[in-house]
Amino acid sequence: MMAANKKVYLAFINDYRPPFWENLEKDLSHSLPLPFSHLTVESGLNLFYSGDRKQYHSTLILSQIINQLPEDGGKIVGITDVDIYIPILTFLFGEAQLLGRGALVSTHRLHNEFYGLPRDDTLLYRRTLKEILHELGHTFGLVHCQNYMCAMTSSSYVEGIDLKKAKFCRPCQAKAEAAPA
Amino acid sequence: MKKNKILIVDDELSVRTSLEMWFLEDGFCVETAASGEEGLNKMHAGPYDILLLDIKMPGMDGITLQKKIKEIDDRAVVIIMTAYAAVDTAVEALKLGAFDYISKPFEPEDLSRLVFNALKQKELADENMQLKEQMSELMEVEEIIGVSSGINKIKEMVGSVAKIDSSVLIRGEGGTGKEHIARVIHHQSNRRYSPFVIFNNSCAIPESLLESELYGHEKGAIKNAQCRRKGKIELANGGILAIADIDAFTLQMQGDLIRVLESKKFMRLGGREEVEVDFRLICMTKKDLEKLVKKEQFREDLYYWINVCSIFIPPLRERSEDILPLARHFITKFSRKFGIQEKRLHPEAEKCLLGYSWPGNVLELENVIERAQVIGKESEIIHKDFPFHHDGCK
Repeated sequence: MMAANKKVYLAFINDYRPPFWENLEKDLSHSLPLPFSHLTVESGLNLFYSGDRKQYHSTLILSQIINQLPEDGGKIVGITDVDIYIPILTFLFGEAQLLGRGALVSTHRLHNEFYGLPRDDTLLYRRTLKEILHELGHTFGLVHCQNYMCAMTSSSYVEGIDLKKAKFCRPCQAKAEAAPA
Repeated sequence: MKKNKILIVDDELSVRTSLEMWFLEDGFCVETAASGEEGLNKMHAGPYDILLLDIKMPGMDGITLQKKIKEIDDRAVVIIMTAYAAVDTAVEALKLGAFDYISKPFEPEDLSRLVFNALKQKELADENMQLKEQMSELMEVEEIIGVSSGINKIKEMVGSVAKIDSSVLIRGEGGTGKEHIARVIHHQSNRRYSPFVIFNNSCAIPESLLESELYGHEKGAIKNAQCRRKGKIELANGGILAIADIDAFTLQMQGDLIRVLESKKFMRLGGREEVEVDFRLICMTKKDLEKLVKKEQFREDLYYWINVCSIFIPPLRERSEDILPLARHFITKFSRKFGIQEKRLHPEAEKCLLGYSWPGNVLELENVIERAQVIGKESEIIHKDFPFHHDGCK
């Protein structure tokens, strides 16, 4: 899968940490049995802010995050709370380099409050876990899956995220394990 | 599993890159082009399952590109992108055959759903084409049997008239095979996957029932009408309506038919709303319609409607060289139908067939051969198997 001595880093941007973040590495390793670690990265997010859209350019943040991958790291996933976009789409939950080194996940639209609903930290954690797993899956070369319960299913709305599980289906799991380093 | 292929044409690099990433993650094979001209070049090397075109580009714009793409492949699935939610450009794109239209920036859900629906539609269109091709292979080939110059002329005419959508008048004595020719025309026409419906005009049936048979009726419109019933015209929608013995239509029925042909609408008996209909008309007659027109027993305007193309089938007695090929064709047909050994024609039987006058034409010949196949005791068909062998064989 990945070189055994290489780690997957969870990068908390500007030290933003979602609730129950300390469980992320353990829960992610159920589907991706890899050495996980975490760090804080500093990002001048204002550089990537669009006043017109009131959002932050995801691809530019991702490039910055990747540059901060430690030497012993094979992959890095940035986690932020700002609302992210790419020019062609109105918003993103996350972005990843397909078969690449980096991914970015935003929890901005995973909060219940965004939809006018009562705060639910457990639900926020579950959604964050699934999206990190989804974007990490892309870095291992996985594409979107038709199985709506697989973590690799494409989700354009938060209800879709809630429907899927925090794990890959068997075919996607096999592909992830067979992915090149 | 085959990967769907998508071409993205947009002059903005960030758009091409973002969409490329999006569709790669969706499992597509993605190619991009930075201009309409580059997109067109790639199209020549195609094919693509979906094409996403930006409307506003320097040089060749998206609308022009779409037109040129459709010239190369009229089944290409094109989705137009624009940053300007201009309704008129959307309508123009759709009129030119775009699958749909989407405004930037897209909602991720809208883009996913649009592409999914586009692929589904393409899949259905491809499947439809495949099934039609398979159906063509399975459909029993309707052919015209015969070697005479008269029949060869008919074969040539059928080949010409089948492809054009105009009405045909088939003339000939009873039993010459007018209905068969109508079926061959249907089989060779662009309407071959649509219905072929025959309306048999019988003098024995009251006019009101004939009208009901042709136009259908609403519940209670005629005696014993328990429910709405579609008539032959409605059943033939999209296909061919073949009217036998058109000369037997009353003047009233002729007038009604002209109205349907002109307006492409009709009303069921007892109906209140007009129903739109599209069919190709083939009429058959044994009579001399020109004489009937002169006698004012047949409407001249209807005559001109139905007589755009005219095919005359000579009686069998005038094309004796067709008798034996037809006989052998019927022998094969009935041996298959009854699951029996195909019989040869004894030379004496052949002479007998050739010597007979065939007042009932091809229909009579078919009937004679069928009878001979069934009742004949010998391994060959002999002249005694024919009902006319006492007086018909020369």
